[in-house]
Amino acid sequence: MDWIEFPSLSRGSLLTIKKTIDGSFKEFTRAYGDLIDKFFDPLQDFLVLLERLLITSPWPLVLAFFAGIVFLMSRKVSITVGTVIALSLIGVFGLWEDTMRTIAMVTVCTLLAIVLGIPIGIFMARSDRVQRLVNPVLDLMQTMPSFVYLIPVVMIFGIGKVPGLIAVVIYAIPPMIRLTNLGIRLVDQDVLEAADAFGSSGSQKLMNVQLPLALPTIMAGINQCIMMSLSMVVVASMIGVKGLGQEVLNAINNQYLTAGVLSGLAIVSIAIIFDRATQAYGKRLQKHSEVVHG
Amino acid sequence: MGEATGIEIKNLYKIFGPNGKEMVQKVKDGMSKAELNEKFNHVLGLNDINISMPGGKIEVVMGLSGSGKSTLIRHINRLIDPTDGEVLYGSEDVCKMSQKELREFRRHKTAMVFQKFALLPHRTVMKNTVYGLEIQGVPMKEAEKRAARWIARVGLEGFEDHYPNQLSGGMQQRVGLARALTNDADILLMDEAFSALDPLIRMDMQSVLLDLQEELHKTIVFITHDLDEALRLGDKIAILRDGAVIQQGTGQEIVLRPADQYIADFVKEVNRGRVILVDTVMDRTRTVEEGGLTISSGIMLEEAAKTFAETGLGEASVVSGDGRPVGVLNVQDTISAMVTPATH
Repeated sequence: MDWIEFPSLSRGSLLTIKKTIDGSFKEFTRAYGDLIDKFFDPLQDFLVLLERLLITSPWPLVLAFFAGIVFLMSRKVSITVGTVIALSLIGVFGLWEDTMRTIAMVTVCTLLAIVLGIPIGIFMARSDRVQRLVNPVLDLMQTMPSFVYLIPVVMIFGIGKVPGLIAVVIYAIPPMIRLTNLGIRLVDQDVLEAADAFGSSGSQKLMNVQLPLALPTIMAGINQCIMMSLSMVVVASMIGVKGLGQEVLNAINNQYLTAGVLSGLAIVSIAIIFDRATQAYGKRLQKHSEVVHG
Repeated sequence: MGEATGIEIKNLYKIFGPNGKEMVQKVKDGMSKAELNEKFNHVLGLNDINISMPGGKIEVVMGLSGSGKSTLIRHINRLIDPTDGEVLYGSEDVCKMSQKELREFRRHKTAMVFQKFALLPHRTVMKNTVYGLEIQGVPMKEAEKRAARWIARVGLEGFEDHYPNQLSGGMQQRVGLARALTNDADILLMDEAFSALDPLIRMDMQSVLLDLQEELHKTIVFITHDLDEALRLGDKIAILRDGAVIQQGTGQEIVLRPADQYIADFVKEVNRGRVILVDTVMDRTRTVEEGGLTISSGIMLEEAAKTFAETGLGEASVVSGDGRPVGVLNVQDTISAMVTPATH
């Protein structure tokens, strides 16, 4: 008996297994690929529209628009001025168009993650069984190297915006789901009991008590989601997503140090702008929790 | 508003644990709380509770922590489901209501005030107060009009737009009270509502409640661990221990005739002057006609003592509501009834 080598499957049978699975998936792709592709068309249209709007509009208008949004969310002059300076520098260094593409991408990804993530988070919070089922899936999504799930995505969708979008959402949605679930589960039991005692129905409890009280945690989830989408754009550029990520990829391939650093810094500045604006907005929503009376 | 309906609790059992239903018979056969816990790992929460809570009166349920009093009050609006027994409101059994009926019952017939206030922190005082009406579907304008009245009534006028966090504990509980009153329900459930407040504010809130009750005549169930509070508020008091009622009656009955040593220890420190009626102490064998000091029947000894102190007289005629003399009270008896445990 041989105790040195692990008794693995023979090379032949491994090859058969791989071939069978790959083959049937390829067949599946050929049969349904177009259909699935069609299904995501509206998403792609929306992304293209947003991208074109940001790129073809005159830059002062776009700059003013971003400054306006940041100010409305944060109500802070410092953050607004920082946004204007950062975006102007990006423009000066010739990264305006790539930055707009990346912003469009991250916006759509985040919206998608919110629309899908919050309902799933609510389901998880309402049932321990759903939580037990969803949690391992989220673990898988967060720890599986993104290149691995890029393979089937590319096989189905080919190279382009939609596969990039899907890859980013898979990577960015888990914190959204987890933090929505956590936020709802942490809501004070006494307040829930009071809502029950006054005869609230399940949906009234959700809208009046659970979601508003979970909001700070949900906001943290949105913030995390944005940050993770941004960190994914470089990986997504490998399957054809244009934008700052592609610049970085290009710089790696050709050893362009300056170009790489500049694009990297552009990603960092967008991340900081998004982060500060959403955090300040979240804080403003929580004004009621300031303790004035000891 | 018509006469408020009372609440009848009959043979109510609550046993916490996976097989509560099967344990009921064992408890009925006389198994004790400790034995049930040790042998079957079930916790006896309530043991054969029978209380008749009269409509329009304040029923106080008193007990120390772990006695089951908070469990009991949660059976009246079924925040906790009973293991066995009935909770009757008029002819309806709360325990048999469907989820929908129960929700309607909670919306329209009951309102609750909580020990830890349980206000919605993200809503202003006004928005907290309208909560009950809001979920009933009352239009916001109408709801705010009704709420404004109760906010003013509990003394929070001008604080409508404050958030709970900006208020002191006493003020927060006033919001809790206003929220419950705005519901305009027959039954007001108060779960240690004043226990978290400092003594002075607690007295203040008790007065607010008594004033309100004088005009509203709701059926109030008040939970407390404080005997002084129970005696001050309760038209009737039930004392709970280890999930069972050990004595029921008026404050005076409990102070003068404690059912066992446990209650006797409790009532030892009570200010008797505020609990015992002059009628209990007066000499009924004789009456004094015309002239001299008169005291009305039905007041507490402390008030009578005050009258004696102010006038300097030693004897007074006790007269009933229609002015008829019913007995004689003297200073000596008044003082001795106030300071020493009366023997009966």
